Amino acid sequence: MRKFMPSLIFFSFLLLLWEYIVKAFQIDKFILPPPSAIFEALINSSLLLLEHSKYTALEAFIGFSLAVFAGMVLAMIISLITAVKKTLYPLVIVSQTVPIMAVAPLLIIWFGYGLLPKVMVVALVCFFPITVSLVEGLEKVDADVIRLLQAMGANKFQVFIKVQLPAALPSLFSGLKISATYSIMAAVIAEWLGASRGLGIYLTRSMHSFQTEQVFAVIIVISGLSLAFVALVEGAGRMLMPWYYKKHSVADQK
Amino acid sequence: MSVLSGEVHLRIEELSKEYMIKSKQGYAYQRLPTLENISLEVSRGEFVSIIGPSGCGKSTLFNIISGLEKPDAGKVFLQGRDITGLRGKVAYMLQKDLLLPWRSILDNCILALELQNVTRSKARQQAMDMLRELNLGDFSANYPAQLSGGMRQRVSFVRTMLAGKEVLLLDEPFGALDAYTKSEMHDWLTDSFQKYRPTVLFITHDIEEAILLSDRIYVLTPRPAAIRLQIGVDLPHPRTRDLLVRESFVDIKRVLLKELFN
Repeated sequence: MRKFMPSLIFFSFLLLLWEYIVKAFQIDKFILPPPSAIFEALINSSLLLLEHSKYTALEAFIGFSLAVFAGMVLAMIISLITAVKKTLYPLVIVSQTVPIMAVAPLLIIWFGYGLLPKVMVVALVCFFPITVSLVEGLEKVDADVIRLLQAMGANKFQVFIKVQLPAALPSLFSGLKISATYSIMAAVIAEWLGASRGLGIYLTRSMHSFQTEQVFAVIIVISGLSLAFVALVEGAGRMLMPWYYKKHSVADQK
Repeated sequence: MSVLSGEVHLRIEELSKEYMIKSKQGYAYQRLPTLENISLEVSRGEFVSIIGPSGCGKSTLFNIISGLEKPDAGKVFLQGRDITGLRGKVAYMLQKDLLLPWRSILDNCILALELQNVTRSKARQQAMDMLRELNLGDFSANYPAQLSGGMRQRVSFVRTMLAGKEVLLLDEPFGALDAYTKSEMHDWLTDSFQKYRPTVLFITHDIEEAILLSDRIYVLTPRPAAIRLQIGVDLPHPRTRDLLVRESFVDIKRVLLKELFN
């Protein structure tokens, strides 16, 4: 906690400055509400925010899980089968030039206003960083380690399970963290296009009724959710790769 | 050579290997002869070193013995059985320790046993016994990143021994260590060999290291590698560092230097 102290102090200072400027220049509340008003909105509509958050978090979680599954399977196939790598990998990369947000309306046309199109948007956004980070992690492995295992008589599958997959975990987890931050945002944007529940729709409603302090409150909730999601991924990483977080040297004792 | 039974353990018969490499212009392929008619033998429990100029093809020789590559001609015999091109018959150790960072020291040591489908608990027991025997027991729960280079190389060595193969191929295992650590490793290795008596084929650049550790030394020519000379090291065991300045030691060194740099 201590290491965040300087940032916290600075942030509090910014909030005070903001509060002061709004009051001093008598800025209209719908242009820029003061932090106190935002905080008030956050408290007053907390139940409503919680309700919408649940729905957005659910979309993000399902979409993210789908992306993890599909992304990992695809990455493994790409790195195990050269022919697939040659045909599919360039397409996967080029597919990223298509802005997913622009594809989202299509998904609404095809799948309606329910849960499914949101989940698909999230999955489409999240899947790329996961696939790429895993493919690269699987291929970064020291060729000498592979030679060593082959000399021990290991087959391709054993090399994959015992060396490549564990070696790729840190890389995979950096992809997972990126995807986790994207997931909430993707769900919110998908909701903008049409939904009955969720933080995205709450956000647009607040905007249309000029309740700017509500807009800010939603933004805070969105970043809170994203942070929590990343923390969850980070926690899973620490559980799966204790060695990665434990690099302090012990003395060269005899 | 005192404790040797005289039984030939590993025999290499007239190995030759050449590679095809792209010529500088990139149109045509060029032949690069790497090994030329190499024959050698190692008796059970013997420590044999191979020294030669850098890039002369020593590592290719080990790749062939371990089955990673196939020779163009020639055969490899283990206790009289033809093992040319077969993997998993001998234990191979490289200059880099190549420990897996996500496994504890103990679990790194059991890698080869795991691949042979030995149960984990049995493999761990076996590894723990050897680690304790070689004074590495305290580190068994640590991760490789927590150990120094010298300690990691010892662990890598234990892993090689635990592969359960009677012949060890050591490819410059101390090449990346500083002089002091290397010297410590020699003492440690000599001790370990007194205990386990493996058959060893050892590649090195270091002439003194070769004399200090070996029963016999082969000198290779520059590429394509062929055997230039074979010399027995008749110095008493256990060999200590003060041997380095002894007349008999220096005599052997003189012969080797002359052969290598002539």
